[in-house]
Amino acid sequence: MTTKKRLSRRSFLKNSAGVAGMVAFSSSLLPRLAQAKDLTVGFIYVGAKDDYGYNQSHAEGAAAIKKLGGITVVEEENVPESVEVLKTMESMINFDSVDLLFPTSFGYFDPFVLQLASKYKDLRFEHCGGLWSPEHPKNVGSYFGYIGMGQYLNGIAAGHASKSKKIGFVAAKPIPQVLLNINSFLLGARSVDPSITCQVIFTGEWSLAVKEAEATNALIDQGADVITCHVDGPKVVIETAAGRGAYVCGYHANQSTLAPEKYLTGAEWNWANVYTNMVQTVQAGNTIPNFHRGGLAEGFIKMSPLGPAVSDTARKQFEETQAKILKGNYAVIQGPMKDNKGNLIAKAGESFVETDVALESMDYLVEGVIGSTSS
Amino acid sequence: MTTDIGLWGVPLAIIGGAIRVSTPFLFVSLGECLTERSGRINLGLEGTLVFGAMSGYATAYLTGSPWLGVLAAAICGFGFGLVHGWICALPRVNDIAVGIALMLFGMGLAFFFGKPFIQPVAPDLPTINLGAWSDIPQIQAALKINVLFIIGIVLAVTMAWMFRNTQLGLTIRVVGDSDAAARAMGLKTNRIRFLSTACGGALAGIGGAYLSLYYPGSWNEGLSSGQGLMAVALVIFARWNPLNCFWAALLFGGAGALGPALQSIGITQGYYLFYAAPYVLTLALLIATSSPSKALTGAPGALSITR
Repeated sequence: MTTKKRLSRRSFLKNSAGVAGMVAFSSSLLPRLAQAKDLTVGFIYVGAKDDYGYNQSHAEGAAAIKKLGGITVVEEENVPESVEVLKTMESMINFDSVDLLFPTSFGYFDPFVLQLASKYKDLRFEHCGGLWSPEHPKNVGSYFGYIGMGQYLNGIAAGHASKSKKIGFVAAKPIPQVLLNINSFLLGARSVDPSITCQVIFTGEWSLAVKEAEATNALIDQGADVITCHVDGPKVVIETAAGRGAYVCGYHANQSTLAPEKYLTGAEWNWANVYTNMVQTVQAGNTIPNFHRGGLAEGFIKMSPLGPAVSDTARKQFEETQAKILKGNYAVIQGPMKDNKGNLIAKAGESFVETDVALESMDYLVEGVIGSTSS
Repeated sequence: MTTDIGLWGVPLAIIGGAIRVSTPFLFVSLGECLTERSGRINLGLEGTLVFGAMSGYATAYLTGSPWLGVLAAAICGFGFGLVHGWICALPRVNDIAVGIALMLFGMGLAFFFGKPFIQPVAPDLPTINLGAWSDIPQIQAALKINVLFIIGIVLAVTMAWMFRNTQLGLTIRVVGDSDAAARAMGLKTNRIRFLSTACGGALAGIGGAYLSLYYPGSWNEGLSSGQGLMAVALVIFARWNPLNCFWAALLFGGAGALGPALQSIGITQGYYLFYAAPYVLTLALLIATSSPSKALTGAPGALSITR
């Protein structure tokens, strides 16, 4: 039995010659294809690029720059935040000859992007969410948007829609960006009615469908009637919450088609605009700032169109606040303010405007949020 | 819309969670129970579950009928079972290794074919409202019971009866307990294991369809968080008894709901610890029910781990 199946030396040589020939042929073909284009841009996603969430928002940005002249886009999905991303980046660099790389997930930055950036110095690495500092390689950039402002506006819509005065937040992990979103959501709602509280449930992972659904159900069982979330793919939360009759606010991308009646609004990324600007900057021979941030005014984020359940008074306050935020220097955290353990986080007269770097290391939940930052 | 139920939320969430989350565990563990009773271990059921979830969702979306989706998932699961059964029937093949290979293959194939179905919304399976007697919305929501859950209970009872009281059950048990005895009786061991593995695969496929078509009710690549693998372990925990599989599945579902429920009433410290509750519970029960004299009570004698 075993002898019959053993590979003969002759057939092994024959097959491997064929494989070698194919490899030689394809590698001779690839560089020529790449040279015909002006700029090749690589996008790497941690999940599926049509997840109604984080990855979809980036993929929509990639789709937008495909339409520009002289751009070739290469993409890879489901790349874990491990040495896998090194292999993906190396293959994009060596086989697709990319000029500009967008490894979009938070965990790619340190050490993987930093490591490759020192190896390939003539390439540009643009990373989403990382904190670039001057000791990092100069060909690395980090960009991010002030999406907490979007959650603040979500909170205004939620504050008007809530009858139980309890709103709910399904969160993945207690990291600064998530905490800022939770705090902003509650403070937005409290600008409508200061008696509103926000219950938060941490699922512990970015993508855990069953646990997200359980968390949503638990929030609604405790009386929350408007739900939003910060997980990679909000589809499960939105569908579960709307199925139980609660209102929902979206995150990352527009989820209104999932719950047309219950969707109030949503905080969306506007990467199409950001990526178009970045790519055009590179095409014009200029450099993108290493530390690149923006909010509503700069077109980094946008709001989903208001849904049918949003009242006229809610719409008025929403639009007025949006106009104020567009003017810049809007502060969600304004003193005097305490966290939910009673510690003072902002003295009277003190405030943190949206561009304040201190907000990027937030480690507290404000008064009115029911939840804990410790795991 | 809701009534304030306070601390009652926790037991209610555990009951509701047990009903909502247990069904995939139940189907996969029943499938694995059948397979292992015939003397094979199919570790590939996680892959079958994921592929079942994808094929069920895709079929339900394309045809508009969730039940056709369940059927498609069962057929695909049957197919995966057939492949496992067929490969393992070859001489000197290790069923555990084949299972792991098929698990990875099933997941990869599901991701590949599932790409176009992440976005669309497929119809959900219908539910039976057992909570209609109550006017508290939380109780109504907790007691919304899916038809597949009921089918799972009926199946568990039927399977327990079949193993004990029918010739078919006896045949499967003999094949699972002793190759030599089965051959002496003139039974075709390979064919019986082949069919048991295939039927077990079909059940795992249905478990997957429950995930994508009811709870949480959409297809994406992170849908299963290892339910298929855990269900295989549940079979050992349930001592190869279908009725115990049902209780074990309920226990896992309920314990999984504990973490979010406790956070929702304001107990927010140590939620990672509460999320580990199902595993801690399993360990505790295994230790409590273990016996120094009889190792692995009820284990089929011809399994590759006990042989």
